[in-house]
Amino acid sequence: MIKFVLMVNRQGQTRLSRYYEPVELSRRAPLEADVVRCCLSRKKDQCSFVEYKDFKLVYRQYAALYIVVGVSDSENELSVFELVHNFVEVLDKYFSRVSELDVSFNRPITAALCLLAPPFYSTTH
Amino acid sequence: MPAPIRLRELIRTIRTARTQAEEREMIQKECAAIRSSFREEDNTYRCRNVAKLLYMHMLGYPAHFGQLECLKLIASQKFTDKRIGYLGAMLLLDERQDVHLLMTNCIKNDLNHSTQYVQGLALCTLGCMGSSEMCRDLAGEVEKLLKTSNSYLRKKAALCAVHVIRKVPELMEMFLPATKNLLSEKNHGVLHTSVVLLTEMCERSPDMLAHFRKNEKLVPQLVRILKNLIMSGYSPEHDVSGISDPFLQVRILRLLRILGKSDDDSSEAMNDILAQVATNTETSKNVGNAILYETVLTIMDIKSESGLRVLAINILGRFLLNNDKNIRYVALTSLLKTVQTDHNAVQRHRSTIVDCLKDLDVSIKRRAMELSFALVNGNNIRGMMKELLYFLDSCDPEFKADCASGVFLAAEKYAPSKRWHIDTIMRVLTTAGSYVRDDSVPNLIQLITNSVEMHAYTVQRLYKALLDDISQQPLVQVASWCIGEYGDLLVSGQCEEEEPIQVTEDEVLDVLEGLLVSNLSTPVTRGYSLTAIMKLSTRFSSVNRIKKVVSIYGSSIDVELQQRAVEYNALFKKYDHMRPALLERMPIMEKSASNGPTEIVQTNGETEPSVVEPKHLPPVTQPVNQANDLLDLLGGNDVVPVIQNTMPTKPASAGGELLDLLGDLSLSAIPPMTAYNKNGLKIDFTFERANPNPNIAVITIHASNSTEADMTDFVFQAAVPKTFQLQLLSPSSNVVPALNQGTVTQVIRVLNPQKQQLRMRIKLTYTLKGSPVQDLAEVNNFPPQSWQ
Repeated sequence: MIKFVLMVNRQGQTRLSRYYEPVELSRRAPLEADVVRCCLSRKKDQCSFVEYKDFKLVYRQYAALYIVVGVSDSENELSVFELVHNFVEVLDKYFSRVSELDVSFNRPITAALCLLAPPFYSTTH
Repeated sequence: MPAPIRLRELIRTIRTARTQAEEREMIQKECAAIRSSFREEDNTYRCRNVAKLLYMHMLGYPAHFGQLECLKLIASQKFTDKRIGYLGAMLLLDERQDVHLLMTNCIKNDLNHSTQYVQGLALCTLGCMGSSEMCRDLAGEVEKLLKTSNSYLRKKAALCAVHVIRKVPELMEMFLPATKNLLSEKNHGVLHTSVVLLTEMCERSPDMLAHFRKNEKLVPQLVRILKNLIMSGYSPEHDVSGISDPFLQVRILRLLRILGKSDDDSSEAMNDILAQVATNTETSKNVGNAILYETVLTIMDIKSESGLRVLAINILGRFLLNNDKNIRYVALTSLLKTVQTDHNAVQRHRSTIVDCLKDLDVSIKRRAMELSFALVNGNNIRGMMKELLYFLDSCDPEFKADCASGVFLAAEKYAPSKRWHIDTIMRVLTTAGSYVRDDSVPNLIQLITNSVEMHAYTVQRLYKALLDDISQQPLVQVASWCIGEYGDLLVSGQCEEEEPIQVTEDEVLDVLEGLLVSNLSTPVTRGYSLTAIMKLSTRFSSVNRIKKVVSIYGSSIDVELQQRAVEYNALFKKYDHMRPALLERMPIMEKSASNGPTEIVQTNGETEPSVVEPKHLPPVTQPVNQANDLLDLLGGNDVVPVIQNTMPTKPASAGGELLDLLGDLSLSAIPPMTAYNKNGLKIDFTFERANPNPNIAVITIHASNSTEADMTDFVFQAAVPKTFQLQLLSPSSNVVPALNQGTVTQVIRVLNPQKQQLRMRIKLTYTLKGSPVQDLAEVNNFPPQSWQ
């Protein structure tokens, strides 16, 4: 099960966050900061799956933007990895050559709408 | 009031903020504007305001005042409003707010709307944050939508149904009829979500699972769909890097896994397709690997034939050789899961796994370490241990503790020789000494005592290690204990295994004294070294130096050291005649159940009081009374169990035997006596005074039976006059075998503080040849030594 999806830039600013489980606002910011720190400190040749507390993080870097997905332990990590890429490709098609700015400006609404569906990674038809 | 700014403007403004404080200011200003706009009930711009609010919420600022506005938006007729309203509801509301129930009616209406997009929105929202009450109310509507022919709605309804089932498991039955023809759809969206729904149902309820296996012929349907996916050519709609809808494939494989687990028929049906997927999938891209990974997991979980399993493990082996870290990580994780069941197959990949220990990535290293420990066996122990010790040297501190305990366990199970074992443990102590667990010190000591022929070698190596480095406490503790025990071997220079080193007594004492004064030593270590110095007084000839050291510490600030020093001082002065016996070599310790409390052994009286004794000793700590000094000495010579509670009771039994030795020394043997002899039952008393308190007499009764039949339900009871105290412990058994074939023993402890003549009344009950027998008797013929 996907627990959350985050898009964070290298400075640590959250561009998009979508939680699929109720998490209090006060806990979100430290969680995001922690997760981002974890991912930013990883080197290029390390694998993209990190064990964090009681779930796993699957992250992928696209230029200056990190997309982090928090999944439960029983998920197929490679599959989620593919999903992230698929999602980015969809955005690319939609915004024609998506960049971080698109993410910041149009994203909050459009992309959140993309992530509207509950997290069973149904294809975004 | 001017029109509120658009979302884009807001974002642009916020981005220009340089500091956190500036950003907060802007946000607050905007929030105020939004709030006043809400108050004015401005319909036109409500949508825009809520959008801005959602953005601010995403940045982490509180936005709860927008919740009601979301509801108003949902109720409006415009699609754009509804869209933002539902999005807001999903982000801002959850079942903890009471407001969400107000949405129920809106959602109900929208579920029956004419436009499918509105219906879709409602389904999504319900599926995202619906509470159990809402789900209960609206489940019927969802179920209706599950049966429509509109695939757009069907897939959303399926996902919503999953959420409903999660919230209210009782409603699962309701969705069952609708699932019948879900899988005959062509649309992949519907297929995918139906598979999810079926998976959820199967996971939640074993009844459902059984139902699906038998009645629905689910497995053949899934196999068919999967086959179509693989076999069909390029389909532009579903293609991801050359593979047709990998997400659906992975989902189906997972459902197959659940269906096939511990079910032979289903597993049979899917063998072929799994083999096909495993061989036909292209592995050049990550997508292919994702599918293969899922296939491997499925093969491992169901009851597959061995050929298939070998295929799976080979795939994992191939993954390990891949350059991509992600894939290696995934392979190591799965191998860890399968190593229990398919041990031999995994062994083939051992060298690759060991190579992964050297990888830079932390997660991979951890996995490789766990897997390596799982793969160690008698054959490869030497090679593996070399690699693992090398890993221990170079790894991060977070791994060291686990690695060290793993090494100990493996060494214990598979050590090819004692010398190797000791070498390995020493290596661990020198490299990762501060990370080992506390109980490794007594374990190691026990191991060393047991390997008698290695004593000289061990003590020599430990001594050399001490000369190098005294900062690792477990090493220092073990070393000082050994030097104390085997110092004479060290000095005499006998060592077969290695070049003997020339060490003088003074050098040894220097080292031990160095430990006492060093800042690096913990109080525990100091205790060890003081005792070691004391023990050397019987083994070395330079007694005066030792006496001096001991008397210095008689006034140490550390209470523990002071107590020990004072007691040892007393040993020099008043009890010098006992010193050699007290400080003798420790006998070989029995390894009792590790980490568990020692049970009272009931075979005979001797080991028993010694195990019980240490429980009495801890409270006795005043060094004032000289008689008590003797008690403490006798107890304190167990080195550890009295004062440190971390040490398990193993040394206690050794100490106890030592106490027995003492007991026997001071005890002029009290003759045994026959207390009772009637009707074939004979009861003998034997006496010990193997305990520190001279007022306690320990009597062991031996009951023997010379008749032809066994005496069953044998119970022995005793009573003594008021000035005495009696403690009766459990007997060894309550059947006395016939014809003197065996005896039942039981221990009685009698406290006789006033040293009066011992008298006892005993009562015996037993069953002989089916009839119960009871008898009373008085025992007066106690030998005088037993109570004087």
